[in-house]
Amino acid sequence: MSTYSLSDGLASGAPRTSRAPWLATWIRESGVGVLASIAWIAFGFSCLWWQDLGDWSRTHSLGIAAFIIAAIALLGTVGADYLGSAGRGLRQRAPWLVALGAFLTLWEVATAKFAWLPLPFFPPPQSIIEVYTDDLPKLLDSVFASVKLQLGGCLIGATVGFVSGVSIGWSRAVGYWAHPVLRFIGPLPATAWLPIAFFTFPSSWSASTFLIALATGFPVTVLTWSGVASVSNAYYDVARTLGAKPSFLVLKVAIPAALPHVFVGLFMGLGASFAVLVVAEMIGVKAGLGWYLQWAQGWAAYANMYAALIVMSLLCSGAITLLFAIRDRLLVWQKGTVKW
Amino acid sequence: MVAAAALAEVAAPAAAGAALDIEQVSHAFDIDGAELPVLDDVSISVEPGEFVALLGPSGCGKSTLLRLVAGLDKPKSGTLREDESRIRAPHPSRVVVFQDPTLFPWRSVWDNVALGLEAQGILKSQRHRVDAALDLVGLSDFRTAYPHQLSGGMAQRVALARALVNDPKILILDEPLGKLDSLTRITMQAELVSLWQRKGFTTLLVTHDAEEALVLANRVIVFSDRPARVKADIRVDRPYPRHRGDPYLADLRRQILGLLGLDATW
Ligand SMILES: Nc1ncnc2c1ncn2[C@@H]1O[C@H](COP(=O)(O)OP(=O)(O)O)[C@@H](O)[C@H]1O
Ligand SMILES: [Mg+2]
Repeated sequence: MSTYSLSDGLASGAPRTSRAPWLATWIRESGVGVLASIAWIAFGFSCLWWQDLGDWSRTHSLGIAAFIIAAIALLGTVGADYLGSAGRGLRQRAPWLVALGAFLTLWEVATAKFAWLPLPFFPPPQSIIEVYTDDLPKLLDSVFASVKLQLGGCLIGATVGFVSGVSIGWSRAVGYWAHPVLRFIGPLPATAWLPIAFFTFPSSWSASTFLIALATGFPVTVLTWSGVASVSNAYYDVARTLGAKPSFLVLKVAIPAALPHVFVGLFMGLGASFAVLVVAEMIGVKAGLGWYLQWAQGWAAYANMYAALIVMSLLCSGAITLLFAIRDRLLVWQKGTVKW
Repeated sequence: MVAAAALAEVAAPAAAGAALDIEQVSHAFDIDGAELPVLDDVSISVEPGEFVALLGPSGCGKSTLLRLVAGLDKPKSGTLREDESRIRAPHPSRVVVFQDPTLFPWRSVWDNVALGLEAQGILKSQRHRVDAALDLVGLSDFRTAYPHQLSGGMAQRVALARALVNDPKILILDEPLGKLDSLTRITMQAELVSLWQRKGFTTLLVTHDAEEALVLANRVIVFSDRPARVKADIRVDRPYPRHRGDPYLADLRRQILGLLGLDATW
């Protein structure tokens, strides 16, 4: 159709979309949505058409779910104009839906149907779904344990790091004592403390909290300190001539000026603490997602490992997203900040 | 007029200017062990309510002198007094407007202007003074804007409002209009004079522009090269508003440029 209108337009010298502008517009706006729908239908068919090579209970449900997603993709993108921001969001993400549908189809065919990939190591999508439905209580327990440990350690580490960073940056005396200690101990990876921590602390939980706090605290301390130290003297001069006391200079000048640095430290600390969390759970705590991974490996339950990995990545990404949201709130005054 | 009403509110107890006595002040900086003399036996006595302009070659020590007056630094020798009491530390009765507006980027325009009252712990009862000061510089519509959203002239006006809201007895201005375009400059010069006339604070203005000094001040002090010494102390007895073409001012300007080592060809 569009080819016809193109040649027609060229021949007559008229704008090439003049014959069927609505069609061109429709294809531009909804074409990707139709493709997405086709990709998900393909995935549904790939689930239902061939016989599974293994014994998985969720293949049928997964196929149905794929068809439902295909329907949503189609109706959502075609009717996006009537769906407000949800419709616009769907249209914008349609290319990703295409890619995802194609990937799942390929994965389904390559594992459950023809076993092009060796089977126990590469479980099909339905076996991962099966983990989420059948092993949910254990997985939720693990998530809860991980979040609790991570949250406690991070909060302690960030608070201690922030306070000590401000003190070192502000007070020469504190800096004199803290700087060498920080230089000597800070760069040590927190996991190196693991063996010592686990027999000096009363419980493996407190030991892990300490290690996570350590991993978070070091970058937060250093960056808060450098942030406070790099605040321009001009700000202090202005505040002092306006009658500011030292407490005002710390709380209302040094800290807000250093805040962008503090957030860089928090991002680094959060990243480092994830690594410590997983290792601590695998070695010491016997709870949480790290331990779940370890346990699944012991039982050669590869689907459970993938399932736990997916949950873990969602949690880590969620934590980073949350931190970005807090930063964007606190640092609205900055221009040109990175969007996550 | 809105501005006049706003002014009445800013200047709550008709703050008059303070006298300023700079007595035999010398100052020097240590640079890599070597001593760099910056001020050499400077003595200036400023009457309450006077508008004094300080002119001198770049780098001669004008800003250094202003920092001493503000109480941000201590002189190597000599004394500075505000109304007979010795200046030892900064005080909100002497407020500085620097060449860079130095607004706090994390505070909105309103919060920047409120800085002094907040630091002194009197903001709660005095919020109207912030609004009035913003009215005064014509930026009420920008109270929620952040500094990065302002033009250079607007930012400098916010800095001026941030100073004025404290009802200073001595207003210290360090080339505050130096970076503005000529049109904004002329407007702000006129605003400055009318503010000073209505409020009566003592003003110390550093500028590198002889014409600006003559249009604004009733006394112009010319400094020598570093280390700065007082080279001339010139009274400008002319009523306001002054005109740039005034032959009396043109004559003084020639005289001043001569003192600064420039030919009369200007
Ligand atoms: N904090 C400082 N440390 C060392 N030298 C300084 C300092 N502040 C100013 N100076 C020097 O003192 C001299 C006078 O500076 P300043 O008062 O800023 O001059 P200006 O008259 O241009 O305002 C300059 O040579 C400058 O380099
Ligand atoms: Mg200067």
